[in-house]
Amino acid sequence: MGVLENRFKDNVIVASLDKFLGWARSTSPWYFQFGLACCAIEMMASAASRHDLERIGMMPRSSPRQADVMIVAGTVTMKMALRVKKLYEQMADPKYVISMGSCATSGGPYWQHGYHVLKGVDLVVPVDVYVPGCPPRPEALIEGLLKLQEKIQTERPLTRKTA
Amino acid sequence: MGIVQGDQMTLNIGPQHPSTHGVLRLEVKTDGEIVSEIRPHIGYLHRCFEKHSENVTYEQVIPFTDRCDYLAAMNSNFGYVVAMEDLMEIKVPERVDYIRVIMGELNRIASHLLALGVYGLDVGAFTPFLYMLRDRERILDMFEYTCGARLLYNYMWVGGVSHDLPKDFVKICTDFLDYFEPQISEYNELLTYNKIFIERTADVGVLPADVAVSFGVTGPNLRGSGVKWDVRKDEPYSIYDQFDFDIPTGTGEFGTVGDCFDRYWVRMLEVKESVKILRQALKDIPSGDVHQAIPKKIRPPKGSIYRRTESPRGDLGYYIVSDGTPVASRVKMRSPAFTALSVLDEISRGWMISDVIAILGSLDIVLGEIDR
Amino acid sequence: MTPAEIKTAIESQFSGSVLENEDLAENQVELKGEQWLEMATFLKNDPNLCFDQLECITGIDTGEEGPLQTRYNLHSMEHRHKIEVVISHDRETPKVASIEQLWRIGDWFERETYDMFGIVYEGHRDLRRILCPDDWEGWPLRKDYEGQEDYHGIVVPKIKEEEEWE
Repeated sequence: MGVLENRFKDNVIVASLDKFLGWARSTSPWYFQFGLACCAIEMMASAASRHDLERIGMMPRSSPRQADVMIVAGTVTMKMALRVKKLYEQMADPKYVISMGSCATSGGPYWQHGYHVLKGVDLVVPVDVYVPGCPPRPEALIEGLLKLQEKIQTERPLTRKTA
Repeated sequence: MGIVQGDQMTLNIGPQHPSTHGVLRLEVKTDGEIVSEIRPHIGYLHRCFEKHSENVTYEQVIPFTDRCDYLAAMNSNFGYVVAMEDLMEIKVPERVDYIRVIMGELNRIASHLLALGVYGLDVGAFTPFLYMLRDRERILDMFEYTCGARLLYNYMWVGGVSHDLPKDFVKICTDFLDYFEPQISEYNELLTYNKIFIERTADVGVLPADVAVSFGVTGPNLRGSGVKWDVRKDEPYSIYDQFDFDIPTGTGEFGTVGDCFDRYWVRMLEVKESVKILRQALKDIPSGDVHQAIPKKIRPPKGSIYRRTESPRGDLGYYIVSDGTPVASRVKMRSPAFTALSVLDEISRGWMISDVIAILGSLDIVLGEIDR
Repeated sequence: MTPAEIKTAIESQFSGSVLENEDLAENQVELKGEQWLEMATFLKNDPNLCFDQLECITGIDTGEEGPLQTRYNLHSMEHRHKIEVVISHDRETPKVASIEQLWRIGDWFERETYDMFGIVYEGHRDLRRILCPDDWEGWPLRKDYEGQEDYHGIVVPKIKEEEEWE
């Protein structure tokens, strides 16, 4: 930045376009409230008064067409797995998935004798961030969401992707 | 223009829906807006609790019972340990009984607060949800102070509890109750006496008492229809027979006996009764060792037992069959929400689709318990 | 009424239906499955018994050599007495009459026992699976249940063998 240094006053910022887009895209991801089981209660608690998710820009949406992030909170069963896949396909690009809780990560406490439990939601949808815990505290979920924001900021949407 | 032939429409209120309290699928046959039949489809959260309980030891079943009714985990544990202690004929120390009643009643308040707040959210009121969750967080703080967990505790063990109460727990709990009692009148101002809420819930979804008994409905849903039945008074367990509390029943405050408003009102009154029980228990709690009656190895005698306790949703029953080994032969959980959901078809016929949401919210179901 | 009196009342009305079984406790009675619907109607409508609440239906698999059983827990709100009825079924073709018209909750309880054990309740208007998907194979809570290989392309891992608990 040699030629631009000390040329402008403090109210001018120079940065790459990727950084601006990353900042804009990451700071208000609307989440798809896909609460299945106990983790859904902690997701609701993190959206409520004490740990407010709205202050970091997350708003709950009930329809997959309006959401950016799908938080799979709870155990996914075989009966539900086909519907999870359908809902993921109904979301518009760019979309991200957070797997909340140990049931969605790997089957949780039901891994051994659960004939009807899907051992991890990443068998049906691609997952970006895993949040461990049974159930994870609201603070843990918020940290997972902030990690997702960091991940979105490092994406480069304007770069042509070579095959 | 010819004659328009009306026909039935099938609407799917699908497994993912903001107002279905979990993964529940309702297949609704409607004539326009008026519902003529509802078929609930469950099993989207069937996590094989009963198969697990046949393969792990008796004390390892307790965390699984937590996860079935995750809003009232203490009461789920309570039901299981009461059934096991009846089967093994263990007598617990008095301090353990008092601690269990305190935790059970605190969890009853927390569960009812969430049920009422989410019911307000279902019919469109957002603010009471935030207020009730704020106070529920204080209860979860107390649980975390005692046993380290906010939602799923594994606290009540066969013969005792896992952690003794901290030294200043009685003071913290009494302070909370002093703060909480005036809040109930604030909730009433916000939601209960709100004209819109009353219009949406009074006279809607009336459940007659004989239909309720035939469908096995218990708990606040049955009491809302005027039947005075509470396991804590009629088949007392632990030390509930030593406390002085009332059983509120529905009286048709703003509409008919057994409508949605009555079921909501019974839950609000039960929160007040729980506060009464808590104050009595906190005053009289004795000292003692909470771990002395916990058996080293749980090996019940051969036989079976069915025992029910009062969870915030109704009669929670456990049918345990033992064959003398440390692993159970069969554990069946009779969940109150299962029976509450089965009556949905009967009481929603003739109402509109938005009334179905109000009726479903008033039944207070938890899918983890229904599907186990 | 005590359980013994209830057993006498059933025996006097339907002679030969009460079976002796020393494994059962005092409040449990084993009945023959043939006339179950008439016996259930008697239990519900007789003014001295008046069992108007069906608390729970449990299916039991008593092991490889034993039968499958259905256990009904009945309770009377008026007289405040209880009884538990045990009915055994043949393992190859387990079936018994359905009581869903007497106690309406029997509808869902019997569907659940059918789903988990395969016991057919004759006369039930709509006997289909309730918890597992409709195209699931096998009866999960039987002791000899083998999980299926895959479900719509999702692989179902085999249930692992546990080591012996002493």
